[in-house]
Amino acid sequence: MKLYYKTLKDLPREELFAPGHRMCAGCGAAIAMRWITKTIGPNAVIANATGCVEVTTTPYPETAWMHPYIHVAFENSAAVASGVEAAIKALKRKGMWDAGDTKVVVIAGDGGTYDIGLQSLSGMLERRHGVLYILYDNEAYMNTGIQRSGSTPKYAWTTTTPVGTAVKGKIQWKKDIMGIVTAHRVPYAATASVAYILDMVNKIKTALEYTEEGPTFLHIYAPCVPGWRYPENKTVEIARLAVETGYFPLYEWDHGKLKLNPPSSNHLDKSKRKPLKEYLKLQGRFAHLTEQEIAEIEKELDAYWEYLGKLAQL
Amino acid sequence: MMQIQKTRWVEALTGNYATAYAVKAADVDVIAVYPITPQTTIVEKLSEFVANGELNAELIHVESEHSALSAVVGASAAGARVFTATSSQGLELAHEILHIASAMRLPIVMAVPARAISAPISIHNDYGDVMNARDTGWIIYIAASAQEVYDTIIQAYRVAESVNLPAMVAYDGFLLSHTVEPVELNDEEEVRRFLPRPVRPYTLNPKRPVTMGPLASPDWYYEFKYQQAVALKETYKVAKDVDALYGEKFGRSYGVLETYKMEDAEYAIVTYGGAAFGNAKAAADIARERGTAAGVVRMRLYRPFPTMDLLKALEGVKAFAVLDRAIMFGSPAEGPLYKDIATAMFIHGVDKPAVGVIHGIGQRTMYVEDMYKIYTMLRENPRKEVVFMGVRI
Repeated sequence: MKLYYKTLKDLPREELFAPGHRMCAGCGAAIAMRWITKTIGPNAVIANATGCVEVTTTPYPETAWMHPYIHVAFENSAAVASGVEAAIKALKRKGMWDAGDTKVVVIAGDGGTYDIGLQSLSGMLERRHGVLYILYDNEAYMNTGIQRSGSTPKYAWTTTTPVGTAVKGKIQWKKDIMGIVTAHRVPYAATASVAYILDMVNKIKTALEYTEEGPTFLHIYAPCVPGWRYPENKTVEIARLAVETGYFPLYEWDHGKLKLNPPSSNHLDKSKRKPLKEYLKLQGRFAHLTEQEIAEIEKELDAYWEYLGKLAQL
Repeated sequence: MMQIQKTRWVEALTGNYATAYAVKAADVDVIAVYPITPQTTIVEKLSEFVANGELNAELIHVESEHSALSAVVGASAAGARVFTATSSQGLELAHEILHIASAMRLPIVMAVPARAISAPISIHNDYGDVMNARDTGWIIYIAASAQEVYDTIIQAYRVAESVNLPAMVAYDGFLLSHTVEPVELNDEEEVRRFLPRPVRPYTLNPKRPVTMGPLASPDWYYEFKYQQAVALKETYKVAKDVDALYGEKFGRSYGVLETYKMEDAEYAIVTYGGAAFGNAKAAADIARERGTAAGVVRMRLYRPFPTMDLLKALEGVKAFAVLDRAIMFGSPAEGPLYKDIATAMFIHGVDKPAVGVIHGIGQRTMYVEDMYKIYTMLRENPRKEVVFMGVRI
C-alpha cells in the first residue's frame, strides 16, 4: 500500500456521505461508507448491491449519496459496474465523456459478495475491469433480519442458525473470500477494518489508483449492532478486538505478494495475539459457545494463521 | 480505423446477421456478449465487426445473461448506447433485470431470436420466452423477415431513446435467425443522422450526480409504476411516427401491424413472426382460390398493444383465429395473443367467433395445409375455443 495519509490530520476533509440516512446507531458499515466516499473523492460512480447500505441511504426522494450512484439488484453490482466502466471507456474514446478520469466503485455486503453476487464478481475480476469492489462484511444477511450467509462464522447465532437443543448456531466455517478473489490474480486486494481508519483509507486510495491496471478488492470488516448483539458504543472496540485477537487479520495482496499490516504483522507469533475469547465474549451471537467450541474455533484460526504465514513467505 | 459504409447495398444475410449490421449502423457503444443458441451468431458477428475496427464499441464478455443485461443497464445508465441479445433460458435468467431496466427507464435495445423454454430442453423455435417477458414493461417488436429485423433494430433505438424505455426486437429463432435472405443495408451515415445522440435527462456523471434505483416507500412506489405504464402506452404513437419517418427516409415501413388481403376478408388468421405469417398468407391464397375470402393480420408491435389498429383490421370478418406459438399454462385461454385480443374485444364491446390456435411449439412444423384447415374450421364451425394443432394426442 502506498502511504497517502500519514496522520489523522492528512485525512480528506470533504464529506460526501450525507447525514440523515437510516443506518443504525453504531453501524460499522456507516463508518466505512463515510471514509470510502471521502477517500475516493467526487469523481467516481458508485454501484451498490441491494442490502443494508442501499435501503438505508436511498429512501426516495432523499439520498445520502453525493456521487452518481446506481443500485440495480442484489447479485449483479459487479456486472453493473462492468457496464459503467465500459461505457466510460467507450464514451471517452468517442469524445462523449465530459467528466475526466472517473473511477468506478462497487459497494456490496457479504450476502451480495460471498453468496448471490459471487458469479458476477468473478466475471468482473476475470475480465479485468478497472473497478474497485468494496465488500463491507457484517457476517450475515442483516438487511432481511440476520440470516446466515457464506460469511457467517462457525457457531454464530443467526435467525436461520438458531441456538437450539440439537444444533447450536452455524455448522460451517466462514468462506475465504480473499482467497477466491486473489485466485483471480487481481493487481490488489486487501482487508481493512473500521477500527483502523488510517490503514483503511490508505488501502482505499491504493486500491482506487490500481484500478488503472484492473480490478481491485477491499474486504472491510464492519460490525453490526443488532446482528451481533452488542451495545451501540462497542462497534469500534469489537472491530479492533477482531484484529487484535487475530480473528480478522489486516493484510494486503499487492501484485502477487501478501503482506501483513500492523498490528497483524506481529500476529504470526500467537503470543502477540489477544485471547480470542475477548472478542467473542462481547457479542450475543456467541454467548452460547462452550469452552470446547471456542477451542475448536481457536484451532481453526491457528491453522489459518499458519496458511497466511506461508502465503506471506511466497 | 473506422470504416463507415457509405452507400446502400443489398447483402445476403441471416436474420441474426441483419441484427448485427443494424447494431453496427447504430454506432452502439457497449455490447454485452454471451452465447446461447440461436442468438449466438449475432454476438459472433458483432465481435468480428469490433475485431476488424468496423465498430467502435466495448464488448463485455459477461459470464451469464443476467450479467449481460445488468452490464448494459449500467452502461446505459452511464449514457452509452447499448445492445445485447439472448434467447430462451437466457431471457429467463435475465428476467429479473427486464423489470428493472424498464422501470429505470433505460433505452436498451435487445434482440431475441425466440426459442422454446426448458423442460425438456429444446433449442428450436417458439415464443415461450418472449411471451413470458411480455409484461415486463419493454417495448416489444416481432419482426417477420431479415429485412424487417434490420429496419426494426434501427427504429427501436430511435423509439427507445425518445421514450426512455427498453425495446426488444424478437423474431423466429432458426426459422428466421438462421435463414439467409436479401437485405438492403442503409448508408450508415444516414442511419447515424436518423439516430442522433439524445439528450438524456439523467445519467451517471460526476458532474451531475443523481441517485438511480432508490428505495420507494408505499408513498411513492405506485407513482413510479403508474408513470411507467403511461410511458409505455404513449410509446404507441412514437413507434408509429418513427416507422413512418423511417419509411420516408429509407423507403421501407411496416406499420404497427401488417395485413394481407384483409380488405374484403370474411375469415382471418391473426399471428406473429415470419414462419406463421408466411404460411398463413400462402393458405389465404389457396382459400381464396377455393372461394373463401381469407386474410391474415400480423402483429408487429406487440407491446404496447395496438388495440384499435387490430380491432379495425378485424372489423369486417365473420370469424377469426389467433395463432399463438406459446402456451400460457392454466390460463382461461392458453394463447397469449389470443388472450390479449379477447381482452381488447371485451373492453370495446366486440363479440364474434374467435378460435385460439396453439401451434409451432418447439418448432413443430406448421404446414400451409394446417393454416388452410384453420380457414375451413372458421367457415364451417365458427366458435370460441382453444385448439392445440399439430400435436399427437
